[in-house]
Amino acid sequence: MTAAIHVSLGQVAASLALVVLAAAVSRWRGADLERDIAVATIRSFVQLTAIGYAIKLIFEANSIWLVLALLSIMVLFGALTARGRAKKVPGAFWPLLIALAAAGASTLGLVVALGVFEATARYLVPVGGMVIGNAMTASAVALNRLGDEVADSRARIEATLALGATGQEAAAPIVRRALRSGMITLVDSTKTTGLIFFPGTMVGMLLAGASPADAVRLQLILLYTLLGSVAIAALVATTLAHRNFFTPAQQLREPEGEAFESAPA
Amino acid sequence: MLFELRDVSLDRGGRRVLDAVDAEIPAGAAAIVGPSGSGKSTLLRLLNRLADPDAGTISYRGRPLPDYDPLALRREVSLVPQLPALLEGTVESNLLYAARLAGREPEVERCLRLAGLAAAYAGRDVLRLSVGEQQRAMLGRALAQQPRVLLLDEPTSALDEAARDAIEATLAELRRELDISVVLVSHDPEQARRLSDWVVRLEEGRAVAAGPLETVLA
Repeated sequence: MTAAIHVSLGQVAASLALVVLAAAVSRWRGADLERDIAVATIRSFVQLTAIGYAIKLIFEANSIWLVLALLSIMVLFGALTARGRAKKVPGAFWPLLIALAAAGASTLGLVVALGVFEATARYLVPVGGMVIGNAMTASAVALNRLGDEVADSRARIEATLALGATGQEAAAPIVRRALRSGMITLVDSTKTTGLIFFPGTMVGMLLAGASPADAVRLQLILLYTLLGSVAIAALVATTLAHRNFFTPAQQLREPEGEAFESAPA
Repeated sequence: MLFELRDVSLDRGGRRVLDAVDAEIPAGAAAIVGPSGSGKSTLLRLLNRLADPDAGTISYRGRPLPDYDPLALRREVSLVPQLPALLEGTVESNLLYAARLAGREPEVERCLRLAGLAAAYAGRDVLRLSVGEQQRAMLGRALAQQPRVLLLDEPTSALDEAARDAIEATLAELRRELDISVVLVSHDPEQARRLSDWVVRLEEGRAVAAGPLETVLA
């Protein structure tokens, strides 16, 4: 499955023509994105170059501990990023951290145990990055939905608590919908893959000169791995996070700084 | 005494919603009255521990509320909120859910009848009910748990006059048929007069009067 091509800095520089085009479109139609486009271009160059060197070092060292350290950092930053999207969920950080760690550890562990990939830096770093990145998106979407739904359904949740249901029972329909919304994007894009868009790994392998059969098989492995990881991440995040909406006495916590008042009669 | 409140205070969002409320509520039919924003609904929510006061104590049948298992308490002291909030599904599935939580035999037809709904309503989707019908389904759902106390938060505020009279008749009938106590929140002193014989009056979070109907709403 290995293929090698060489991309020169000159080729990268030539592709900047398209960036100039994007900036020109923005300027022409007054979208006011020129500065952002410049920042994005510079940041992508610096960040990707830096991570390229880091990956080169990690590949050369090929130490499993170094790989684990890098994946742990990804999990940590993934959880911090996802927390920003789940502002209405109290104490979202720990559920997200555990969700990303569980998704990464279980899916990577499984593909290595099944002999799909070798436990080397060359496989674990890129695959781990994709797994954790997709798990982050899925759990952020799921918790964002969970927070919105709890805020919208306070009356129904409290009415169910008033029957003597536990918080877990009262929130069950909402948790189900949040889990679903976390997973649906990847499920849908997996359905249409190859018809509407070519996924990145396959494109990269084809560009790098691999045979289409190899490119397709690797892409399928990754898609199936990602399905597993988003399911685990969304499940763990929603299962752990929805408890934070309730007190030990099974009361729905008040949103910060709001009084309960009955609707005007 | 059914409920005893001693020095009960509660703040929300930097505002004092309940301020050192002292009141007793005996078994039977009681009403909590007062203008909008006086803390009536908040007080009702404290009685089955949907919330806890910041200070003070509330007792139910002589024992402080935190001594009860909150889930068991809520099945015995059932709150019907002001706005209907049924679970998705049919009227019957809501009643069965409530009965199962309370470990009761489901008596769907009887509970619907007590709530003033014909048996044919059992199979109706809750999304297809009028607000008045939903309010009745909420009442029937609470009754499916065979509670000893019903807490009713403005049970008729969303209804027109005819529907209000019908619900009031249902509540009066309920009191005659079942050995059940009712604590009703209402902004309307006339409704309290029609439905209760004990009144707690709140103003700006303080209990300004509590006692038999004829002394408080003379």
